[in-house]
Amino acid sequence: MKNFLPISLRVNGEPYDLLIPPWRTLLEVLRENLSLTGAKRSCQEGQCGACTVLLDRKPINSCLYLAVEAQGKEILTIEGLSRGAGDLHPVQKSFVEKGAIQCGFCTPGLVLSTVSLLDENPNPSEDEIRKAVVGHLCRCTGYFQIIEAILAAARERAGKDTEA
Amino acid sequence: MTIEPHEDHAIIGKPVPKKDGWIKATGEAKYADDLFMPGMLYGKLLRSPYPHAKISHIDASRAEKLPGIRTVITGKDFPGIKYGNMPQTRDYLPLAIEKVRYIGDEVAAIAAIDEDSAEEALDLIRVEYEPLPAVFDAEDAMKPGAPQLHDHAATNISAESAFQFGDVDKGFAESDYLREDLFETQPIKQGMLEPHACIGLWDETDKITLWASKQSPYVVWKQLAMGLGVEASKIRVIQTYVGGGFSEGEQEAMAMDFCAVLLSKKSRRPVKFVHTMDEVLSIGHMRHPLKIWLKTGAKRDGTLLAQHLKIVANGGAYSSIGQLSMYLPGAMLNLPYRVPNIRYEAHRVYTNNGFCGALRGHTIPQICFARDSQLDTIAEKLGLDPIEIRLKNARQPGEVTPNGFRLTTFGFTECLEKAVEASGWREKYGKLPRYRGIGIGCGSLVSGARIMGHSASSAQVNIHEDGTVFLVTGSTDVGQGADTVLSMIAAEVLGVRMEDIRFAMVDTDMTPADPGTFSSRVTFWTGNAVKLASEDAREQLAEIAAQKLKADVKDIVFRDRQVYVGHDPQRGLSFGELVRLAQHRLGRIIMGKGSYTSGDALIDFRTGYGNMSPAYTPSACVAEVEIDPETGQVTVTGIWGAHDCGFPLNPMLVKGQVLGATVMGIGQALYENLIRIEGKVMNPSFRDYKMPLTEDVPWLANVGHVNVITRDPSGPFGAKEAGEGAAAGVIAAVANAVYQATGVRFKSLPISPDKILFGLKEARGEDGDAQAKRQSLTSERSKGGFDESD
Repeated sequence: MKNFLPISLRVNGEPYDLLIPPWRTLLEVLRENLSLTGAKRSCQEGQCGACTVLLDRKPINSCLYLAVEAQGKEILTIEGLSRGAGDLHPVQKSFVEKGAIQCGFCTPGLVLSTVSLLDENPNPSEDEIRKAVVGHLCRCTGYFQIIEAILAAARERAGKDTEA
Repeated sequence: MTIEPHEDHAIIGKPVPKKDGWIKATGEAKYADDLFMPGMLYGKLLRSPYPHAKISHIDASRAEKLPGIRTVITGKDFPGIKYGNMPQTRDYLPLAIEKVRYIGDEVAAIAAIDEDSAEEALDLIRVEYEPLPAVFDAEDAMKPGAPQLHDHAATNISAESAFQFGDVDKGFAESDYLREDLFETQPIKQGMLEPHACIGLWDETDKITLWASKQSPYVVWKQLAMGLGVEASKIRVIQTYVGGGFSEGEQEAMAMDFCAVLLSKKSRRPVKFVHTMDEVLSIGHMRHPLKIWLKTGAKRDGTLLAQHLKIVANGGAYSSIGQLSMYLPGAMLNLPYRVPNIRYEAHRVYTNNGFCGALRGHTIPQICFARDSQLDTIAEKLGLDPIEIRLKNARQPGEVTPNGFRLTTFGFTECLEKAVEASGWREKYGKLPRYRGIGIGCGSLVSGARIMGHSASSAQVNIHEDGTVFLVTGSTDVGQGADTVLSMIAAEVLGVRMEDIRFAMVDTDMTPADPGTFSSRVTFWTGNAVKLASEDAREQLAEIAAQKLKADVKDIVFRDRQVYVGHDPQRGLSFGELVRLAQHRLGRIIMGKGSYTSGDALIDFRTGYGNMSPAYTPSACVAEVEIDPETGQVTVTGIWGAHDCGFPLNPMLVKGQVLGATVMGIGQALYENLIRIEGKVMNPSFRDYKMPLTEDVPWLANVGHVNVITRDPSGPFGAKEAGEGAAAGVIAAVANAVYQATGVRFKSLPISPDKILFGLKEARGEDGDAQAKRQSLTSERSKGGFDESD
C-alpha cells in the first residue's frame, strides 16, 4: 500500500476516512470509492461542467481537483441536495418543470452551479445567468429552457422570501 | 375504437414534465459508466497511429506480463466476419486484422483490474505496421491509381446513388435563369456529453449480455451476433440511460462492445469500457463533409423548373449506413419546394479518415444550406423577395412529388408566414444597418423512414391490479422524451394519470423488436403502436365494464382513473377496481398489444422512387446576425422558427427538440469543425472543438418558435416528427443573414471569423487572388438580359 494516502473527506454532511493514491481526482473518489455517480465523467479536462460539485458552496470541476485537496472542505454532490422525488430542491423542481432536462447528463452539474449562483445572487439577470453557467455544455436543449428554469427558480425563491 | 384528435384531451397537448426528469435531476439515473459490477475489469483499446497500414505482427507478451493485466485480444481472436447494416455496406471488423484504415482504427484490446493498468499496458503492445500510401481527400480517392482502402471497392466508392425525375434538360432549356454553385460542408461531431460506455458479460452458459448506452439496441444486437458469429438469441443488449443520442456510436455495435464481451469470455469477469473524450471526438461516426454542386433553372418570376445536384461525400474509412446517407439528399431535394425536374448523382468515397454516419438530420441540413443559399442568390438576381420566391415554390398538402412522396399534411406556407411574422422580417429585411442582417432557411424531414428490412414498431400495455400500467416498447429515450410522450399516449387512451404509467427501458430479451431511434420515427411509429396497444387493452376492459355497468360498450368512458357510462357518469367504477374485477373475479389478465408500420413498400435505392415516410414535416427558420468587422465574429442575435409537427403532443418537449436542434445548426454554421491534417484529428477536445455555449445563443426575448398545427391523419393524435426537421434550415438562415450583413456569400462551412475577414477584405477589393478563386466556385448563365456579373 505504498502508494496510498489516508484522507478524510466530508461529503453531503457525512465524514469519510479513505485510503487512496494521492493522484486520484475528487471525481474519481466520489464515483469509485463513495459510489456517488451523480457527478459525471465526460471531458475530464474542465471544459464541460458535467462533473461539477460544490466545495464550500462554490462550483468546481471535480475532474480537475485532487481529492486530497478537498480535505477540510464541505463537499456537496447532487445526491446531497435532496432526498428523492418527493423532496426536490426548488432548483431541481424548476429544471424538471421547465423542460430543462433532456438526456440529463449535464443536469446534476448545472443544478449545483445554479444553487450556488442563487445563494450568491438571488435575483440574477439573464446575462448573469448566462455567465454563471457558461462552463456547462449542454448539447440537447440549446440552453433556452435551462435559462428559463434558472429564472423561474429565482422567482420562486424571491416569492418565498416575500411570504416569509 | 379509434380516438380522434379533439381539444378535450386529458393529457395530450399539455406541457407535461419529462417522466424521468426527477431521476436525472437527483443524479439517480444510471448511465453505463455509473454501473459497477462485482469483479468487474476495465478495458482499453489500442488504436492505429497510421492512417493506412498493413499489420504484419502483433506481440502482446510484454503487456500480458504487466501486473493487473488479465487478458489481451487482437482481431484474430474474432471469427473475421465483417458486419454492418446492409449487405453492400458490411465492412466493419470488431478489431482490424490485416490492415488499419484510419488513425484511431482499433487493433487490440486489454482487460485489467483498473483503468490505469490497462492504459499502461497499451504502450507495451508491439504492433509492426507496414505503412501504406493514404488518401484523405474524397476527389483524390476517386482518381485512378489512388490508394485503395477495401478489396471490394476498386474505385473507393462506398456507396452511390443516382436518379432522375422529369426532364431536367428540358427544364433547364425552358429556364430564364440558370445558376450553378459549389458548396462545401465540414465534418462535425454529434457532441453528446456522455462518452460511449458499455459493460460486457459472457457467462458460463454462453449467454452474452451487453449493458450499454445505445439508442438503437436491436441494431447492436444484430451486429454483435453477426460479428461474433453466434446466434442472436445468445445475445442480450440492455439499454442504460443515454447521455445524448444524435446518432453517434450509440447506433451500432462498436469495437468496445465486441471487445467487452470477448474479454469477458476469456477473463470470466464483466468488462467495462468507457471512451475518453479524445477517443469519442477522433473516431468514427461524424457528419459527412460534402462537396455539393447544385445547378438550378428558374423562370423570370422565380418558378423553379429544374435542379441538378451532384454530391461527393468524404465518407472516411468505413460505410456505416452510407447507402442511406447518399439516397437522402437527392430524395429530399423534392421537399419543401416544388421542383418538377430533378437529376441527382452522389458518391460516398472511402478515405483514410474517421468514418461518417448519421447526425440529427443526417445529410439533409447540408443540402438545405446549399439550396436555400442559392435560392437567395437566385431571388436577388431576379429581383424577387426571398420570402416570395419560397412561397411561390412551396409544396402544398395533397401533392405527390416526382419521386413518389405523398404529402398528407404539409403546412410549409404557414411555416413561412409564421416565421416571417414572429421575426419581424418585414420591418427588418433590407432595413438593418451595416453589419447586421436577417436571413431565412427552410427544410423538410421525414417522420420515420421505411428503408430497411424491419421497420415496424410495437408495444405492449400490461395493466396491473393496482391500476398502474407497464408500458413496454422497443424504443429508447435518448433525452428527446420518448418515455414521456409514449406514456402520455397510453395514459390518454386508458384514462389514467401520467404517474400511473411505468416506461420500460429496452432489453432485447424482454422488449419487442424495434428498428431503433433514428429518422425521427419514435413518436410517429412507436406512438401509433402504443396507441393501438392501449386501445386493445381498453377494449378488453370496456367489455368487462359494460357487463358490470349494464351499458353499451360504446358508451364506456375512461377518464382520470374512472371508468363510467358517458351519459350517466354516476354509473361507474374506478380503473383499479375494474382491473381487479377482470383479474381476480374473471381471471383475465389485461395485456394490450399493438404494431405499426407504414403501408408503403421499401424505397428502391436504384431508382430512388417510393414514399419514404408516412408523413413529412416542413420548417422555416429566420436568423438575425451581427458581425464585428474588426474581428470577424458573427453573433446570432435572434432566431425564430416555425415547424409543422402535425400536432404537438407535448409542446414543452417539442420546444426543447426544436430549439436544441436550432442551436446545433448554429454550431455547424459558425463554430464547429473537426480539423484533420493527413487523417489526424487536431482538435479532439471540447476545448478546441467549439460547440455553442450559453453566451453564444440569442437572448430569450429574441427567440421564437411557432408550432404549425396540421393534424396528420396517420400520426398518433395527429403528430408528426419534431426532433430533426427544425434543424434543416438553420444553417442556411444564418448564411443568408451573414450575406445580408456583409454582402459576401459564404459557401463553405463553418462561417468562421477568418473567412469573414477575408470575405470583407475581398469585398472591398483588397484581395484580388481570393476574388478570382471565389469566382471559380460560381458560374451563372442568364438569358434575356439578366445581370451577367456576380
